[in-house]
Amino acid sequence: MKVLILAEHWIIHHSIPVDVWSVALINFIKNNFQGFFDVLSGVLGFLLGTTTDVLKAVPALVLIVIFSVLTYLFKKSWSLALLVFVALLFVLNQGYWEPTLETISLIIYATIACMAIGVPIGIAAAHRPTLYRVIRPVLDLMQTLPTFVYLIPTLVLFGLGNVPGLISTVVFVVPTPVRLTYVGISNVPRQLIEAGLAFGASPRELLWKVEIPAAMPTILAGLTQVIMLSLSMVVIAALVGAGGLGEPVVEAMETVQIGSGFTSGLAIVVVAVLLDRVFRPAKESS
Amino acid sequence: MPLAAQFDRVDILFPGLVQRAARSRVEAALRDLDSGKSRSEIIAATGVVVGAADVSLEIEQGEIFVIMGLSGSGKTTVLRAMNGLNTISRGRVLIRHGETMVDMTNPAPAVLRRLRNEAISMVFQQFALLPWRSVRRNVEFGLELRRMKAAEMREVVDKWLDLVGLLPWAEKHAHELSGGMQQRVGLARALATNADILLMDEPFSALDPLIRNKLQDELLSLQRSVQKTILFVTHDLDEALKLGSQIAIMKDGRVVQIGKPEDIVLRPATEYVAEFVRHMNPLSAIRAASLMRRINAITTSDRTCHFVDRAHYQIRLDVEGRLAAVHCEGMELTWREPDADEPAQQPGLHPDIHPDIHIVEADRLLKDIVTLRQQSGHPVLVRAEGKIVGFCGSEEIFSALTHAGRSEFRDALTAVG
Repeated sequence: MKVLILAEHWIIHHSIPVDVWSVALINFIKNNFQGFFDVLSGVLGFLLGTTTDVLKAVPALVLIVIFSVLTYLFKKSWSLALLVFVALLFVLNQGYWEPTLETISLIIYATIACMAIGVPIGIAAAHRPTLYRVIRPVLDLMQTLPTFVYLIPTLVLFGLGNVPGLISTVVFVVPTPVRLTYVGISNVPRQLIEAGLAFGASPRELLWKVEIPAAMPTILAGLTQVIMLSLSMVVIAALVGAGGLGEPVVEAMETVQIGSGFTSGLAIVVVAVLLDRVFRPAKESS
Repeated sequence: MPLAAQFDRVDILFPGLVQRAARSRVEAALRDLDSGKSRSEIIAATGVVVGAADVSLEIEQGEIFVIMGLSGSGKTTVLRAMNGLNTISRGRVLIRHGETMVDMTNPAPAVLRRLRNEAISMVFQQFALLPWRSVRRNVEFGLELRRMKAAEMREVVDKWLDLVGLLPWAEKHAHELSGGMQQRVGLARALATNADILLMDEPFSALDPLIRNKLQDELLSLQRSVQKTILFVTHDLDEALKLGSQIAIMKDGRVVQIGKPEDIVLRPATEYVAEFVRHMNPLSAIRAASLMRRINAITTSDRTCHFVDRAHYQIRLDVEGRLAAVHCEGMELTWREPDADEPAQQPGLHPDIHPDIHIVEADRLLKDIVTLRQQSGHPVLVRAEGKIVGFCGSEEIFSALTHAGRSEFRDALTAVG
């Protein structure tokens, strides 16, 4: 018995300094690559800020009409355009217009970044089985690690504001397009690949003319998921000062305001429903 | 005829030699193969699958060369070695590309691509059309990879779509068409590149029998105008006999017999081939020359000859060997010379109305002879190079129908010959 207790003590008092190592790692990155992160932060902050400012400069009613018309042009559905119109009027009515615009520009850039990073990695992984074996645990880690954990180093490297919000969103969301692109490209029917080869396609032509078009439905399903997952990060992004629709939720929580908590949550749901309806892929064609 | 492709003692193993990790296993398998071990022994010992072993073929330009075999016989493996979809483990495959013969053993990627762009194209069993493209854009595929200009491409594609009868469907998507039409798109896509060699991997197997038959006829008539070299893979002997000018029969990765359709039917090299032949439909495989009973009237002094086919017949020839007179039980008959333009005769007419005796060319198929025999009520005379050389009576027809491929039939034929 005594031996076991001693062993337990020994184990407890000789803990592996993972915490020290991680601090050292972050400090190392901070000390050596701060310049890079400053530039990245500046560029992203500028893009996000400018986009939000441009959106804010347009009168709300005009923008709502523009969004409704775009929805109609995109989906060819009057009822959906009407839904967008009414729902955005409701958001405006509840006083969440500007946070909504901030959230929208955050989602736009998060989506662009996730697709730009995730799709090429997914394609590369589908072509190289060993690469996929390497990145799969990394993807799992990115999706299972509690978001708050990597919020801390993000704050250290990027400071407060909308940029760490964007980065955290991208870290959380980017595994999804990687996985879906991987699935799409690896499931391209063998015979289509062979048809491409038999007619003399080069590897590049095979990718652009056969693999990507064949995987497109899956890649687009990934796009929809990226948008929805980015939206799901608004509250966490607000914790590091990204603004947007998460901010009133955080404020309401801190000050225990039932009313504004409810309305701000409702605004997020409304935006989520709209984005889902508008960006959900058209009916599966046989 | 110059050769379009040549296989010289080709072995194809999976995995191929290109996979370095499997190299020693593949080399062991090749040694086993040389020492005469069977496929199943080799896979048990080394895990290497022998796709094709010791295959030697010579494919002439402009012919339809059919590879026939059951699934797993290696027929598709051989076909795919033609355009490098399968790599050759040993031996040599040469493919004509213009005036040169390209060696398909480890071709450089650029050489292989050019060959596939220009010299060789393929039709797939499951069509392999690109579902997101319209019919027109599918047919354009090969030309696009050759970087043809849009205007020229449109012209070429229109021509081929018209030829396969799909011009009205050009803007539809592949899945909106029936199976038969989809395979016509596949055929047009392959023909549009103007490659000299066309690989067809069981192209009609996924279609229902009526459509299959129709497409076979279309392919034959198309071939008369385009004169491609076609390598056609099938598991159906009837299809092989109908289309092939040369047939190779494969079993367990090896070629067991190569020959013209008549050779396969009349002189099966092994019991395996004979078994196939017993189950084929002889009507569209056997020709007059091989089922007729030979007559040698021209050699007799009065150039007459007698034979019995339910009644007694006497025929007399002129000095050139043409028919001069024919009598049945002493009654003189009229006759009809073979006429290529004449459409297939309707069966079931009463003999009294059409008392003529028919003469056919030696390459007429059994199914036509049966019709003519039944229609006229008289045996059918066979002409070769302008001379009457034999006749097909009921007995000859019955023995061809029931004994095709059996040794008695072959012996009887050689005895008469």
